[in-house]
Formats: sequence, C-alpha cells, structure tokens
Amino acid sequence: MREQQRVPLRAPGVWTVLAPKCRGLAAGWLRDGEIGSAVLFTALALGFWGIVFGAAWRVLHYLSGLELGVLLAQKILDAMLVGFASILVLSNLIAALSTFFLARDLDLLVAAPLNWFQLYLSKLAETAVHASWMIVLVALPVFAAYGVAFHGGVLFLPVALAGLLPFLVLPAVVGSALMLILVNVFPARRTRDLLGVVAIAAAGGLVLLVRVIRPELLFQPGGLSQITSSLEALRVPAGPFLPTRWLSDMLMNWLGRVADPLPVVLLYTTAAAFVIMGGWLHARLFRSGYSMAREGAERFGANAVGSRMAVALLRRVPTARREFLLKDLRLFFRDPTQWGQLILVVLLVAVYVINVRSLPIFSHGRAPLFLVTLIVFLNLGLSGFVLAAIAARFVFPAISLEGRQMWLLRSAPVDARALFQSKYWMTAIPLALLGAAITLVTDLMLHASAFMLVVSIGTIVCFTLAATALALTFGTYYPRFGNENAAQIPTSFGGVAFMMSAVSLLGLIITIEAVPVAGYLRARQFGDTFGLSPSVAAALAGVLALCVVTTVGSLRLGVRRMEELEP
Amino acid sequence: MIQLTQLVKRFGRFTAVDHLTLCVPAGTLYGFLGPNGAGKTTTMRMIAGILRPTGGTVEIGGIETWRQPQAIKAMIGYIPDRPFVYDKLTGAEFLRFVAALYGQEGAAVERRMDELLELFELGPWRDEITGSYSHGMRQKLVIASAFVHRPQLIVVDEPMVGLDPVGARVLKDLFRAFVRRGGTVLMSTHTLEVAELMCDRIAIIARGRIAAEGTMAELRAESASGNESLEDIFLRLTGARPPHALDAVLDA
Repeated sequence: MREQQRVPLRAPGVWTVLAPKCRGLAAGWLRDGEIGSAVLFTALALGFWGIVFGAAWRVLHYLSGLELGVLLAQKILDAMLVGFASILVLSNLIAALSTFFLARDLDLLVAAPLNWFQLYLSKLAETAVHASWMIVLVALPVFAAYGVAFHGGVLFLPVALAGLLPFLVLPAVVGSALMLILVNVFPARRTRDLLGVVAIAAAGGLVLLVRVIRPELLFQPGGLSQITSSLEALRVPAGPFLPTRWLSDMLMNWLGRVADPLPVVLLYTTAAAFVIMGGWLHARLFRSGYSMAREGAERFGANAVGSRMAVALLRRVPTARREFLLKDLRLFFRDPTQWGQLILVVLLVAVYVINVRSLPIFSHGRAPLFLVTLIVFLNLGLSGFVLAAIAARFVFPAISLEGRQMWLLRSAPVDARALFQSKYWMTAIPLALLGAAITLVTDLMLHASAFMLVVSIGTIVCFTLAATALALTFGTYYPRFGNENAAQIPTSFGGVAFMMSAVSLLGLIITIEAVPVAGYLRARQFGDTFGLSPSVAAALAGVLALCVVTTVGSLRLGVRRMEELEP
Repeated sequence: MIQLTQLVKRFGRFTAVDHLTLCVPAGTLYGFLGPNGAGKTTTMRMIAGILRPTGGTVEIGGIETWRQPQAIKAMIGYIPDRPFVYDKLTGAEFLRFVAALYGQEGAAVERRMDELLELFELGPWRDEITGSYSHGMRQKLVIASAFVHRPQLIVVDEPMVGLDPVGARVLKDLFRAFVRRGGTVLMSTHTLEVAELMCDRIAIIARGRIAAEGTMAELRAESASGNESLEDIFLRLTGARPPHALDAVLDA
C-alpha cells in the first residue's frame, strides 16, 4: 500500500456524540415551530406555568404568614423532592434501557474508536434529558413561587436551577447503573422479564415510600393547628445524607439568607463521584451487557394466548379495521419501551389510589362536606392531569409510530378517515374507561355525594375523549417519523404543545365547573335544596359544549391532515 | 396501463419531477432508470398514491389516481426502495395484515401466504418477528406482500438491493411470469445489466425529466455508433462522467 499523508486525529468528545441528536432535536423544533405555532406554544407555556405558579404561590404565600411557615415550606419542598427523586429513578431506569442498549446509533458508536467514558457521559446525558424534562417543566414554576413568596430575589431561580442540575444527574446515574446490572444478570435479552422485575421492585419501593411519607396527614380534618402539627409530623425521609435534603437546604438557605456552602458542595461532589463510579461500572459491565442485549431474538409465537383471544374478541369487526387494531395491540404489547412506560403509569395510578384510600376521612369517620367536596374536585383535576399525561405518552405518538411503514398504509386502498378514527377509538375508549374507573373508585372512597360523583365522572369522560382527540391531532400535525423510541416522541414540540393545550382545557373546565360546585356547597351549607338552576345548567352545558367542540374540531383537523400527510 | 401526463412534484422550491410524460403499456416489464436524485422514487410514489402531484396527472387503467384512489390502489402492488416493516410483527402476521388492508382474509389468503413465503424461502421464519430478519429477508417479505392481493400492476423501486443470488433469480422469474400472465411491472433499478436483460421497454430520467424512452433496440438506434451498451447510453444521457480523480482522493 502506498504511503499516505496522515490526517492528524482528534479524539471524539461527548459533544461529537451528542451533537447530531441536539441538532436533530433543534431542527425538529425549528421546523415544527412556525410563527403561528410558536405564538400558540408561548401562550400555552405561559398559561401552564401560570396555573402551576399560581397554585403554588397561593399555598406558600399563606404559609409565609405563619409562625412556622418557613419550616412548613421546607417540609413541603422535601416531600416534593422525594417524590421527584423516586419518579426520576424509575424514569431513568426505563430510559436507560433504550439509550444504553436498544438505540439505533449504538452499533455505530460501539464500533467507533470512542473512549468508553465519553460514550457513558453522552448516553447518561441523553438518558437524563429524556427522563427528567417533565419534572423540570413542573419544578420551574414551583421554584419560582418559592422565590416570590419568600422574597428570594431575581437570582433565586438561577440558583434553584444550578441546584437542580446535580440533583437530576444522581437518579440518572443510579437508574443507568441499575439497568446495566439488570441487563448483565438476565441471560439472553428477555427485556419483558427484565421489566417485570423492574415493575415489582418499583412498586414495592414506591408503596414503601408513600407509607413512609404519609402525605394523607396533609388532609387531616380539623383546624389550622392540626394541619400545622400534621405538616410537622410529615415523615419525609429528609436525613442529612439524602440529596433531596441537600437541595432543599440549599434553596431554603438562600431564601433565609443563610450562608452555608455545605449543601451545594455535597450536591456537586456527590454527583461528580456518582458519575465517576457509574463510569467505572460502565467500563466493566457495558460491553458484556451490550453484547448480551444483542444476542437471541425475542420470539413471539403466533399461537400466543393473548393474540388468539384478541382475534376471537374482534372477529366481528370488518377485516381491515380488525387487522389494524390487532396490529396496533401486538406492536404495543411486544415493545418493551411501551411496557416500561405502562408500568410507570400503573404505578402512579396505584400510588394515587392508595393515597386516597389512606385519607383520614376514610378511616376516621366523616369529614366536613366542604373538605370532601374540595378534595373530590381536586381529585377531578389530578385525574385529568394523569389522563392527559397518559394521552401524551401513548396517543400522541400513534401516527409517528406508523412512520417508516406509512408507505404501506398510503399505498393500500384504506380510507385515511377510517384509519384515523380507528386509532382514535382504540385509544379513547380504554382511556375514558380508565378515567371513569379512577374517578369512581376514589370518589367512593371519599364518600362523595351523588351530585359530585355524577359531575366528576361525566366531566372526566368528556375531558378524556377531548384530550385523546387533541393528542391524536397534535401527533398528526407534528409527527416524528423514524423516531427509534416511542417514549422520546412526546418530548417534541408537538408533544409539549399538546400537553399544555390539554392542561389549559382542563383548567378551563374546572373553572367553569366551579360555578355549580360552589352553588351546590352553598345550598348544602344552608340546608337548601339544590336544583338545576339556569346558572348550573349553563355551566354544565358549557363544559359539555367545550368538550364536544374540541373533540369534533380536533378530529376533523386530524383527518384532513392525515389525508394530506406525505411520508 | 400507466399514463403520466405533465407530471410535476415540488418540495418547497425544489422541483423533483418536472413535467414528466410517460406511457407504460399493459403487459410489459418497464425499466425506469436514472441517477440518484433524478426523481425516480418520487415518480413511483406518486403512481402508488403515496405522494400527491403538484401538477399533471397519473392515470392507471384510464382512471386518474387522485379521483378514485381506493379503486386504483387495489390494483397496485407497491414495493418501496427500503423494506420498512413492523418490527414486532411476525412474517405471517405482516402478510395477513397487508391482505386485510386490501380487504382479503380467510383460508385463501392463508394458502397464498404460505405459497409466497415458501417461494422466497421464508417458510421457516413465518412465525418469527421481522425485527430478527436480515435486510434481504425483509426485502423478500415486502416483495411477497406486494403479491398477496393478486395485483394487476407492480410498482417496484430497486428490488434487487439486499437480495441473495437465489432471491434475485426468483424475483426475475416471478416478474417475467407475472408479465406473461398479463400483469404489468414498472421497475426502477440501478443494475443496468438487469434492466437490459429483463425489460421490454426502458425510460431514462434525469433531473426530473425523461431523457430517453424505448426498447433497447430503439435506444441503441438513437446513438451515433448504434451499438452502445445500456451503461454507455445511460452515462451519455444523464451527463454523468466516469470517475477519474480516484488516485487524488485515495492519496490525499
């Protein structure tokens, strides 16, 4: 071979690996974010943050006037951060399976002369971003509310973000390391078994955590003094060795003008030490784990019981529609990344129901009607938020997931409208049933009155049908064809815009329904009979009309877009 | 069978297909050649009803595709250039799904599936998920899926990529047999030997327009010497130059 002029080599860094993903994400946002969309997005973002900020500020402002207000605020912050941390560990664990072991770019990266630590850092960053963005979205306005309520000044938010950064790194390292060990322990790529283990471990951990914190004490019936003592009694695991405590100390020190660098030092040094330890583990276990993850294909027999049952159940559905539904069901249940997210959702719902069941009004006689009605109303909002999040995760990506196979659907003699409607009903019906079930169970546990039961179930079903239509339509307008992981699709511009639209719709519904609920409470308080007055009827009809207009309008826009879509 | 009239497709300011007019007679195996980016795939996707033309018309069997898309699509079997299939479906489930999209089901479809899977040597893999298939196996599965509903017209984009010699031979024989039975095949390919050997007529497209069209004999007759190979004709018509700076690149 002839002597060649050598080009000086420069070792690729973390940015070399991350740059294509960052550029791809930015290009996607810029492409999707045309001026009209950008205005809509900004309005939705401000609306969403405004609602979260407003709610948090009301509580904190009230607490700031109390003698033990600062202490109570820290207790709430501790509880919130412990909740964040537990969700983050689980979320990172699931995200790490995709980013470290299933991603399409891994063959290229593993074959490249890339330093193992650079690969670890880049994949860790990717995992952390995918697992944490929703937490950051919620944490920002809450932190801002702390800053305003306790006069933290304009620098408080940047300080809080600086504290949040190492706080997000820690669960990313822990989640990735756990997944690394699990992949090595499980012999030949049985990801479904692996996720089963994750689910059981996570369920146990979360239930334990909830029972340790006992958040139901916040709803102890009685006067302010009892609430205060309940808050003091909140058994948040806030020992001096927990990062949640370091972050809350760091923030409360700033708000209390206390110059103590220790929490900051602890946060950053621990995060750095964890990254180094995670890197050490990665160097030892990644190659064997990665190789094992590529060995042996998963086999799904055509005679699987679930598959045959689904075929039997759907035998009366027209051919094309039945096979389309079967195809979607098979893809869903055979995709471990979908399973992982489903586990997370089921756990969150379970924890939520357990919490409601543990409320003192359930275990210690009857609470005042006002408190019960308020909690039932809050329950409606929370269930709505959970359902919107589920729609963002499972309905929004529905069209994107057809992506590379869209050639088949577009070249076949299938009506785009029928295809779109099939996707809608397949997701809307289970979601509406889930929403109605959660609301019914929790309302019965709370001994809600018949009026509140009917209103809340009717509202949640209407909202779910509207939110599902919104999710599907946003997903059709902002598809992410070719995305390797369904869990990453909602992080796009369209996904975030949908989430904000759904939360705004929910806020609007709750605001409108405040009229009949307030009327109902007044009537019950004064012993009057509560009838269907014009204002109550107008409010309920308004909510129904809002949901119908959103559903029908979204579906029409979605079908039109679907017909124009050029994959 | 296929009549393209003044067909135009623009993507923003880029014109991929520029007033292209072409007639593919029924019962022929028609070759569609052109360099990368010439507009072959875009044209074929418009014929298959995946892309909507910016201008002009596509008629299949005398019916304009965007007027009666479902009736037209039922007549076509489309094989894309890249064999993207649902990773988590088995080969049999994928074929059953495609048949259902064309409104077909039952014992006849099951028999047809088995025949096609055996033809492409995919029988032992019928109940394995396609995620575990090689590129060539996926290509074979997509080709099988285009025949599952017994189409009258096959629109196929680069069918030979990824196929092993046996698979390539099966495909060539299948296309010829299909045409003998009255079917029509429009095939784009970069393998000029395959086009020269198999196709009844050939069109060469460059920069979104037809540069030449006819049988091999007609294309040769248009050249000065009258005995050019298809490769020479292709290079001349598309303005491509043989690489002569290889040493400079490799020695840099």
